[in-house]
Amino acid sequence: MEYEVVIGLETHAELATIAKLFCGCSTKFGAEPNTHVCPICLGMPGVLPVMNKKAFEYALKAAVALDCEINRFTNFDRKSYYYPDLPKNYQISQNYYNLGIDGHMDMFVNGSIKMVRIHNVHLEEEAGKLIHPEEPGANYSLVDFNRAGVPLLEIVSYPDMRTVDEVESYMQTVRKILLYTEVSDCKMQEGSLRFEASISLRKKGTDKLGNRVEIKNLNSMKSVIKAIEYEAMRQSELLDRGETIDRETRLWDEVGEKSQRMRSKEESQDYRYFPEPDLLPVLIDEKWLSEVKNSIPELPLARKQRFIEAFKLSDYDASILTEEKVLADFFEECVKILDRPKAFSNWIINDLLREVKDRKLDISNLPIKPGQLAALVEIIEKGTISSTIAKEVFSEMIQTGKEPQKIVEEKGMAQISDEGLIESVIDKVIAVNPSVIEDYKKGKKNALAFLVGQVMKETKGKANPKIVNELLIQKVGS
Amino acid sequence: MKIDKKTIEYIANLSRIELSDQEKEVFIHQLSDILSYIEKLNKLNTEDIKPMAHSINTTNVFREDKLELPISREDALYNAPSTMGVFFKVPKVIE
Repeated sequence: MEYEVVIGLETHAELATIAKLFCGCSTKFGAEPNTHVCPICLGMPGVLPVMNKKAFEYALKAAVALDCEINRFTNFDRKSYYYPDLPKNYQISQNYYNLGIDGHMDMFVNGSIKMVRIHNVHLEEEAGKLIHPEEPGANYSLVDFNRAGVPLLEIVSYPDMRTVDEVESYMQTVRKILLYTEVSDCKMQEGSLRFEASISLRKKGTDKLGNRVEIKNLNSMKSVIKAIEYEAMRQSELLDRGETIDRETRLWDEVGEKSQRMRSKEESQDYRYFPEPDLLPVLIDEKWLSEVKNSIPELPLARKQRFIEAFKLSDYDASILTEEKVLADFFEECVKILDRPKAFSNWIINDLLREVKDRKLDISNLPIKPGQLAALVEIIEKGTISSTIAKEVFSEMIQTGKEPQKIVEEKGMAQISDEGLIESVIDKVIAVNPSVIEDYKKGKKNALAFLVGQVMKETKGKANPKIVNELLIQKVGS
Repeated sequence: MKIDKKTIEYIANLSRIELSDQEKEVFIHQLSDILSYIEKLNKLNTEDIKPMAHSINTTNVFREDKLELPISREDALYNAPSTMGVFFKVPKVIE
């Protein structure tokens, strides 16, 4: 039987504030356990949470960037459940008046644009971290509350995806939007960006959604894809055997590459949402909303289209340049200084990114400045250095951070365009290669390339190859 | 509204408390009485009244994104029923 796979994703992103959502504890990752805690985030009796304005604005910014309708009146709700990573036994979240609803996101899949609808975007508090001891038979778990109370954004999509390619693109596009709007650092390895998938199958050509299965514990984009492929296979096998799919939550086992039942619908949790009495509602007026709207930069997809049109870049080049905001900003800074978009695109994609990769550098901290790359491109265009030498200068720039002109001067790398000087070298080369000259005169045209090579070798690659060519032809005849 | 034994058991389970049969009987009556009392509100005409999310008529109370000093780990762990090294210790979690 042929089935259609119906996939929806929940995205959790920790927001990039320095303090937690309801208290002044640090959100910094990797601190000593239980050192970023206070009575509020430890849920001690009698304390009152007060909302971090920046966290709220970041969430609002993300909701606007995802084209959501903004609830001008939003409120927070208590989601009750007992779990030891949650010190209050409830999580402050949103349920009745989510910050943003009915949004959508455009994404690129296999060369065309696909839209995924966003069900809602809301703000909540992060839970603490549980550590499970490895010793066999241990009957305890350990808790670190540093993460408890970190502001967490949740983005819930509609089940609008049908293939893993679409899922992959969705995850990449959401990540880029959150990075472009600078509301989250999106470091999956530190858990600041996480995904949960819900998957159901239906017979091709039918409309009714099947029972959906939610999958948790997906630690990387690769796990999300693997888990979806596994789950689609598991469900189609069950359906082929005439069995039904239980609505349930399953946990992905990273090592075994399979999912296991965590709880069924009958055991599903009863969250007993009710308005959080410790927090006051938030009203978003026109002025505030328009300020937030104005703070949203051009988003990746739009920027890519603009790069293709304004700078005549290829689809591929524009994609790579807009992959990371810092890279796209770097490129545009370069073009502002010198109008050579194609040259900058080549240098950034072929050379700069290779250096960043080889040296395992952080993309947000590029080793050269736009002005330096522009200066390099300028001296190549002027003919001060050849493009071969330019590669050496570039590598030196990365290592030392020096200006290209200075490197050229110090190392005597400037291109030789002095015809008299080049002529004297040519004479020397002709004198020691009589047989090659003979060959050339007999019509062996590639002998000329050998002679050019010899001149370049004599001048350590610095002779202007165009002039060398012209002078050689003059000397030995064409 | 009448609360039955099943509902009491469900609520007790959600609250992670154990009740004896005798206690269940007591709570069936108490909770039923409370709900019947609250049910009087259903008789009021609320047609033109907007749902209220909070009893205080104030909105938009925020703090700035500024760090404040945390408490010491020693203090944080002080009241915990069980600890282990730098951590809170809890019964094994299966999920």
